[in-house]
Amino acid sequence: MATAVGTVGQTTEHSKIWEWMTTVDHKKIASLYGVTGFTFFLVGGIEALLVRTQLARPEGTVLDADLYNQLFSTHALTMIFLAIMPLGASFFNYFIPLQIGARDVAFPRLNALGYWMYLSGGLMLTLSFFFGGAPDGGWFGYAPLSTTAFAPGRNMDFYTVSLLILGSSSLIASLNFVVTIINMRAPGMTMMRLPVYMWMTLVVAFLLVLSLPVVTVGLIQLYFDRNFGTNFFTPATGGDPILWQHIFWIFGHPEVYVLILPSMGIVSEVLPVMSRKPLFGYAAIVFAGAAIGVLGFGVWSHHMFTTGLGTVPQVVFSASTMAIGIPTGIKIFNWLGTMYGGNIRFTTATYYAVGFIALFTIGGISGVMHASPAVDTQHQDSYFVVAHIHYVLFGGAIMGIFSGIYYWFPKMTGRFLDETLGKVSFWVMFIGMNMTFFPMHFLGISGMPRRIYTYESGLGWDTWNLVATIGAYIMAFGVLLFVINFFKSMRQPQTAPDNPWGGSTLEWATSSPPPEHNFDVIPEVRDRDPLWYNRDHGIELPPKPEHMHIHMPPPSYYPLIIGAGVTLVGLGLLAHLGVAVAGALVVVYGVWGWALEPTD
Amino acid sequence: MAAAHEVQHHTSTGVDNRKLLMWVFLASECLFFGTLISTYLIFKGNSLVGPLPEEILDIPLTSLSTFVLLMSSLAMVLAVYGAQHGQLGLMKGMLLATILLGLTFLGFQVYEFRTFGSEGLNLTTNQFGASFFVLTGFHGLHVGIGVFYLTSLLIGSMRRNGLGRDRDLWVDTAGLYWHFVDIVWIVIFTVIYLMPH
Repeated sequence: MATAVGTVGQTTEHSKIWEWMTTVDHKKIASLYGVTGFTFFLVGGIEALLVRTQLARPEGTVLDADLYNQLFSTHALTMIFLAIMPLGASFFNYFIPLQIGARDVAFPRLNALGYWMYLSGGLMLTLSFFFGGAPDGGWFGYAPLSTTAFAPGRNMDFYTVSLLILGSSSLIASLNFVVTIINMRAPGMTMMRLPVYMWMTLVVAFLLVLSLPVVTVGLIQLYFDRNFGTNFFTPATGGDPILWQHIFWIFGHPEVYVLILPSMGIVSEVLPVMSRKPLFGYAAIVFAGAAIGVLGFGVWSHHMFTTGLGTVPQVVFSASTMAIGIPTGIKIFNWLGTMYGGNIRFTTATYYAVGFIALFTIGGISGVMHASPAVDTQHQDSYFVVAHIHYVLFGGAIMGIFSGIYYWFPKMTGRFLDETLGKVSFWVMFIGMNMTFFPMHFLGISGMPRRIYTYESGLGWDTWNLVATIGAYIMAFGVLLFVINFFKSMRQPQTAPDNPWGGSTLEWATSSPPPEHNFDVIPEVRDRDPLWYNRDHGIELPPKPEHMHIHMPPPSYYPLIIGAGVTLVGLGLLAHLGVAVAGALVVVYGVWGWALEPTD
Repeated sequence: MAAAHEVQHHTSTGVDNRKLLMWVFLASECLFFGTLISTYLIFKGNSLVGPLPEEILDIPLTSLSTFVLLMSSLAMVLAVYGAQHGQLGLMKGMLLATILLGLTFLGFQVYEFRTFGSEGLNLTTNQFGASFFVLTGFHGLHVGIGVFYLTSLLIGSMRRNGLGRDRDLWVDTAGLYWHFVDIVWIVIFTVIYLMPH
């Protein structure tokens, strides 16, 4: 551990659990995010399987309407906030310092605090099932369905409070990532030499920094409506339910890009390495990613075409939504151009990356369809939209994350995942995914509304619902194969070389897994693909110095204390404000201890 | 250790990490207050019952509290000057002045909230009450956090080692926060008190 100042490699006797609880090492925090995020991915998957089981046959009796509402709402919240975003944060944490050539993130303790607050919000959201009921108003929590008149229980209070905590967690993580990428780059690593994955991370972090405060205000207003008697979203007293929709989607649409851009970044790393060619059109893909980020703030009302916005807003938001298809299309051609003429290695990571391109394109095309208000009015609240978002989020985001897992697993653990089992699990997931979600296009077109807990026979929906449910179980089996693969690999010896795929970015210039200080000597960057440049110009990495005086930040338990204080504040907002005050005092104590703690 | 410190303080842009963090955080805060101010503007004129803003707002009184907050920014500037030029007495005195002026502003706000309450305006009365109290309340919370922040620095500066070698950075970064909260108040004051109803 890094308690030893000035030297590396000394260890002190601490229990393993305490070591993990006080760690500020970005790689350990990444592991915490990854394992927790994947666990929540399984929880969200089980919720989805229950939903699909209920819908397998008409007049299903597995779930009642109330539990069904809780399950589809928490499925969305879990997958978005507790699985895909943290899995993204896991890779960000692990690879930002390694790819830009730094020893850690800019604020290691803030990084730990982000994880503990994520865990706190995640547990609060999930355990709400056992404390009076989980959120049941959808992940969008539309007023007035989320107001006390229609949601009298604690369900939607769990929604506001846990999302406020999760939002704060994402905000501090994003602030940290922005500062790290802008300020901690290795010598020679100019902005236009950053790996594309770093660019996408930077765009995502800015999206979160600028969109989370908006939904924070909305959640505070909803909490006040429900608990302090304000009427922000209650029409009877002059409030406006449409205001909630605007506030939510000004956050909610950038959030969609928060989910997909990291996977676009991963694919942009995997494809050049596996095609043994530099990325085709680096500048175009970077600017396209930034353009998606900027345009992402100007399209939110396409979620609200049926609320009666009027002609001019409909035209404007229709045009901006179509415009966002252009940078997305540019990226797809960049990836195809990267593979074209390349000497492609079909590893499991390549399979997932190519699967990503194919499935995301389908989801992207069905998305652009909804840029037309006329088409959108037909599809609104139908299963067609469910098909669209799952092609984007499972076919896109999750496929990209799996590509990243197979690609970076040797770097993170020193071990390889089994390629054969990986490819089998890819095909099982791919087939299951298409079986589940493609029929939902047909269901939507034939009029099946989303979020209904059951349906009558004879409406023409029976067959495709059954197919979709069978597909969901196949998909789950594919994920299970990955879990088996993971545990199988973790029992193997650490045999991975430094650069098993012949990668070009800096994370491959250090050992697998990397030492705590990442690089014995901070590398000098001379090109966009630094390791390929060094290889082609015969530049050797500097040898390991005999005496290293590397100062790493010591572990700290203050992030844990502040995290506990925030949890108390959250519980207080749900139960009794006195508890919240006590929690605030714990936070104050933690902040003071934090500020006075020596880090040198 | 000297070399380690150099490594620690070297950044790609030359701006210290902590200061950059504050700038990016303030960008986020712009959207936070932007949403609250938008909500206020959207509900302007939507109240179904009184008291309405024109009946209850005391513009001369709030102009006075606005002046107090503006003067606190002047004191903050002088505190940063003191920190940067090694004039520790000036720095401590001006930090104290900023804190006291901030507390005075909060006192005005408590008085205003209590007066409005006794005149029948609270969170639940109408759209004006809800959006006014939530907007100015969260601004007041920011001033309160600022007072806590500056008080911590003042206490820190009285230790044997003072604020250490990063003294000017600590005070400068706190100043960024304080001026931001002040500027937001100027927008809020204009929108709520000065724009015609």
